[in-house]
Amino acid sequence: MPKRPRVAVWKFASCDGCQLSLLDCEDELLAVAEAVEIAYFPEASRAFGKGPYDVSLVEGSITTPHDAERIREVRRSSKVLVTIGACATSGGIQALKNFRNVRELIATVYARPEYIDTLTTSTPIRDHVPVDLELRGCPINKNQLLELLNATLNGRRPNLPSHAVCLECKQRGIPCLMVTQAIPCLGPVTHAGCGALCPAFARGCFGCYGPSDAPNTVPLAQHFRSTGVDSGTVERLFLGFNANAEPFRTQALRMSLGAEAKPSTSKGES
Amino acid sequence: MEPAGQRNDTIALSRNALAGLVNAIKLDGFAVFGPTVRDGAIVYDHLDSLEDLPIGVTDKLAPGHYRLAPREDHALFGHHVGPHSLRREFLIPVATLFRARRTPQGFAQIEEPPPARKLALFGVRPCDLAAVAIQDRVLLNDAYRDTDYAARRHGVLVIAANCTQAGGTCFCASMNTGPEARAGFDLALTELDDDTIVCTIGSDVGRALVQRVEHVPASDQLLERARLLLNDAATHMGRTMDPHGLRDLLATTLEHPRWDDIASRCLGCANCTLSCPTCFCTSMEDMTSLDGTEASRLRRWDSCFTVAFSYVHGGAVRPSLKARYRQWLTHKLGSWHDQFGSSGCVGCGRCITWCPVGIDLTEEITALRQPGGS
Ligand code: SF4
Ligand code: SF4
Ligand code: SF4
Repeated sequence: MPKRPRVAVWKFASCDGCQLSLLDCEDELLAVAEAVEIAYFPEASRAFGKGPYDVSLVEGSITTPHDAERIREVRRSSKVLVTIGACATSGGIQALKNFRNVRELIATVYARPEYIDTLTTSTPIRDHVPVDLELRGCPINKNQLLELLNATLNGRRPNLPSHAVCLECKQRGIPCLMVTQAIPCLGPVTHAGCGALCPAFARGCFGCYGPSDAPNTVPLAQHFRSTGVDSGTVERLFLGFNANAEPFRTQALRMSLGAEAKPSTSKGES
Repeated sequence: MEPAGQRNDTIALSRNALAGLVNAIKLDGFAVFGPTVRDGAIVYDHLDSLEDLPIGVTDKLAPGHYRLAPREDHALFGHHVGPHSLRREFLIPVATLFRARRTPQGFAQIEEPPPARKLALFGVRPCDLAAVAIQDRVLLNDAYRDTDYAARRHGVLVIAANCTQAGGTCFCASMNTGPEARAGFDLALTELDDDTIVCTIGSDVGRALVQRVEHVPASDQLLERARLLLNDAATHMGRTMDPHGLRDLLATTLEHPRWDDIASRCLGCANCTLSCPTCFCTSMEDMTSLDGTEASRLRRWDSCFTVAFSYVHGGAVRPSLKARYRQWLTHKLGSWHDQFGSSGCVGCGRCITWCPVGIDLTEEITALRQPGGS
């Protein structure tokens, strides 16, 4: 058997949910542990194997000067760097601070603000170092993680479609919630991967997987407005786990500026 | 289905007899699929008995809009087409095309029996049958025959339900596929009232089937009632689209400003194509077992609306939404004629109803017929 690839799992500003998806692999966990060497995974093991690593899975966003340095070290010691989850790929829910005055926020929350050393923004890993692949989701889908590891081990391309959630929804045969119940759903502009989890339970898509590869947010927001959803609610829809992802951020700003009716300038257009 | 021979007889049945017909089909070992209410819509799913049909329920259809509503009667077929089409049953969303195992001599294909199931479609609509005929032409008829599709299509029993009313997004009359089924069925039902069903026999299998329940020859009076109802449906379509000259229209309006206009409204979400009963685009995915000893190839529903679908080395052929929508419509209504000898549209209206923002191809065609721009 060829040498097992050495895998490291890193945490930045995040909730650990994506790392837990790896532990959640239950049935497949033993097979994974046999196929790869988990060299560094503080969440799961006391072994702290030194680099270099073949694959680094990085969870979390960059919110402190210290982390901005640490991610460079991780990059230096990793052949392949994969970000896992909304925090690492777009900045996460904590990127809501990017829209606010952080000094004021800290003063509101902490009794001794001077103890807090934080950047004014929460930013994705790709803003700091080159990233080889991004796994979307809040949290990531364990099947996608397994697919990534599987594809890496077998030297093939992972099957991780970047189109809209609607295709997964249609494959499952779920009658569209927008059409049957006028429920605002971010599925048409959201990256696939969850298997249309929320629409399957009659909830509109929350956009956990961030923007699809060609999101046309303007007509979607206009449509929400035309079905009676107020502008603030539409703005908040886009200010979720991927608020800092460019297409969602821009659409939220359009809403807050009352510019939602402006023609689309999104990249999908020619 | 088998050819009906010369005679296209019609008989009349009571609702009880129709219930008996469903039981007879089940006794023959068929799984019965037909319209039933689920998740706030009339979908195609398993039917245990006639009671599973949407009795006394109808559906209100408009662009981007679908609602169930009660009817005043107890009609079995007083509804239109729902979100599912028959392609769910034949060109299934995800199919395993083959599996292979690693051996010392290389990969060996794992032989698997083709999917076998005795399927009866009950209460399916004329437009949907026309769509199946189109997909058959695409997927069965040449060197690229899809074996999974072929296996699923084989030996399917078809009991059609003609439409005695048309929905708000229907335009089968324009596309000449309805509201009365003309081919592709073993039996075709026209429901006259809560207890009277006229049934056209379309095959010898259908003929044998009706022998097992009580029935009488359809009287001239009943046939006339059926004719009037079908005629009424044909003249009250929610939409119309002049099918003439569409191929040339679409070949000569590639730079029409309307395409930009559509691209500013379209989400690129692919709901239209995945709702369409004739769309057949799929993509292949190769999977492996974690230890690399087994591999499989999957065929999954895809759409010309995704960027990746037109990806070739270096980038997507259709990077803009404008190009992707135009690809869809020009193929569906235009170049489909050159490729498969018919329109790719049967006028079921699903792409209109199930577009979340209600983009309506009949309206877009009307706009494209206007001289473009400055
Ligand atoms: S429910 Fe949402 S994800 Fe599903 S088809 Fe409708 S818009 Fe798309
Ligand atoms: S193009 Fe639209 S109306 Fe025509 S067959 Fe497809 S879904 Fe039905
Ligand atoms: S026409 Fe409608 S359903 Fe089709 S991709 Fe555009 S928005 Fe989606």
